[in-house]
Amino acid sequence: MKRSAGDIAFDAVNYTLMILLAMVTLYPFLHVLAVSLNDSIDTVRGGLTIFPRKFTLANYKEIFASPNIGWATFISVMRTVIGTITGIIATSMVAYVISRQDFFARRFVSGLFVITMYVSGGMIPGYMLMRSLHLINSFWVYIFPGLISAFNVIVLRSYIDGLPLDIQESAKIDGANDFIIYARIVMPLCTPVIATLCLFIAVGQWNSWFDTYLYNGFNEKLTTLQYELQKMLVNAQAQITSTEDIYGMAQAQKLQRISPDSLRMAMTIVATLPILVVYPFVQKYFMQGLILGAVKS
Amino acid sequence: MKLTGSSASLPIGNNPRQKSIWTTISQQKYLIAMCLPFVIWVIIFAYVPLWGWTMAFQDYKPGIPFSQQKWVGLKYFIELFQDPYFYLVLRNTIVMSLLGLAFGFTLPIVLAILLNEIKNDLFKRTVQTVSYLPHFVSWVVVASLVTEMLSGSGTVNNVLIALGIIDKPIQFMAQPKYFWWIVTGSDVWKEIGWNSIIFLAAISSINPELYEAATVDGAGRFTKIWHITLPGIMPTVMVILVMSIGNLINIGFEKQMLLRNPLVKEYADVIDLYILDFGINGARYALGTAAGMFKSVISVILLFMANTFSKKVADVRVI
Repeated sequence: MKRSAGDIAFDAVNYTLMILLAMVTLYPFLHVLAVSLNDSIDTVRGGLTIFPRKFTLANYKEIFASPNIGWATFISVMRTVIGTITGIIATSMVAYVISRQDFFARRFVSGLFVITMYVSGGMIPGYMLMRSLHLINSFWVYIFPGLISAFNVIVLRSYIDGLPLDIQESAKIDGANDFIIYARIVMPLCTPVIATLCLFIAVGQWNSWFDTYLYNGFNEKLTTLQYELQKMLVNAQAQITSTEDIYGMAQAQKLQRISPDSLRMAMTIVATLPILVVYPFVQKYFMQGLILGAVKS
Repeated sequence: MKLTGSSASLPIGNNPRQKSIWTTISQQKYLIAMCLPFVIWVIIFAYVPLWGWTMAFQDYKPGIPFSQQKWVGLKYFIELFQDPYFYLVLRNTIVMSLLGLAFGFTLPIVLAILLNEIKNDLFKRTVQTVSYLPHFVSWVVVASLVTEMLSGSGTVNNVLIALGIIDKPIQFMAQPKYFWWIVTGSDVWKEIGWNSIIFLAAISSINPELYEAATVDGAGRFTKIWHITLPGIMPTVMVILVMSIGNLINIGFEKQMLLRNPLVKEYADVIDLYILDFGINGARYALGTAAGMFKSVISVILLFMANTFSKKVADVRVI
């Protein structure tokens, strides 16, 4: 069938818009990468796009020269690993238990978790709770308060609900107890959704910064990469206030060997890198998980 | 042996009503052991803080027992509603959430429809993959990117100057009038791709025969979008709209907190930042808790309104 002129025009406009969207999405990342790899004094001249003009790793060397950043990387990795493992164990146990129609407290337990999606005590009661539990100034504040998300429990439970019951029943007849059924039978069948939930929890852990700010901001032994970046950002915002005209600011920066802006860009890349590296390989899992969530909600 | 799919027939612990509670407990001890720690966890971390709302009615002093706190009734609520700055943060919260609804809700629908019109699968998947990426990046990183892009010598100014739209750089981050739009724009940039997924899923479940029949009848591109795609995704659109209205006041505070500076503070601060600045950093715990309660109550009211509305209109429950 012959395509009409209107059809061709629509496609042209549509493809252009989509290319534009992709560019607008990717450009900031590429630009920041270029700035972070460019000589900082050269950067002040302006006009840098997505390729470094005077390539250097000095910005990265500079930020990792501070022992703080190395330690922050360690803490970020630790909270991501420990938070994901504990989170997925807790989530899956609750999800399995409330998937069992015969469990006598099923409605109670499930209700207890669902309500938390709609009501929360808020920031100050939460802060007071952390204080009385001695979780302030502690690594465990990254793990315990956010251990289980009710939404993840529901996503996993509806996946378990979709599995055939026969397998659980025959295992029971073979003498397996409920924990064995959960660990050896049900969980292996849930691998795709478990993988997705792990990724969501891991991304959430890696990206958090507010808990560090609120509870551990004063302890540099518990700092994270995102929080270190946030501190740099606050400095940058303060500069906006102090020097209204950019020329004064540029002059001020020229005096320094490495401008804070180049360092901040390098830090931005460090804080994003794990996600950028992992993303292309795992995005299909993210998709599966979202579709599961979407079907549920 | 073929067992029925019905869960009632599970031999795993029979109908509890026929047995004493102790038999049930002993039969289900593994299930109990598996969930008890997390039931305790949820009570401590999600329900104990609700008890903390009592702080709003006290001259709360940290470190002394609950029984010795002084009760002051509605004193802090009255103070809250007499504080002109509270009305300012309320205005900012409402304006930014409405802008978020207007753009953050509609643009993903447009994107889903446009993506669906692309017939080249590889191109379509590439654009999708790219557009989801910012969703997985933290707000700190996004705020850092936005600050860089919008700086005086940043890309946005360079492009605008090159196009001849402006002749000298604009300090976007330093002017209050741009702040709401910067927040809305960053949010759309971050979430447009991700939020379009659910609409794409809805489009893909439309019966393709409808399109074929329309093509035979001589319908063009726009006619098909208007009469098949849009009605086809309407139920999904309604559900998402209702959910967004239910969450209207929960716009978060990260983006505002990370993008604000003292020059734009009066346009940037939202309820949560009021709680953070006065309640926690200013140690005015009771006042902050009162503001938090106000927000929670509004949120629950909005949620119930949205739920009632959606039951009537679309016959879907959100809660």
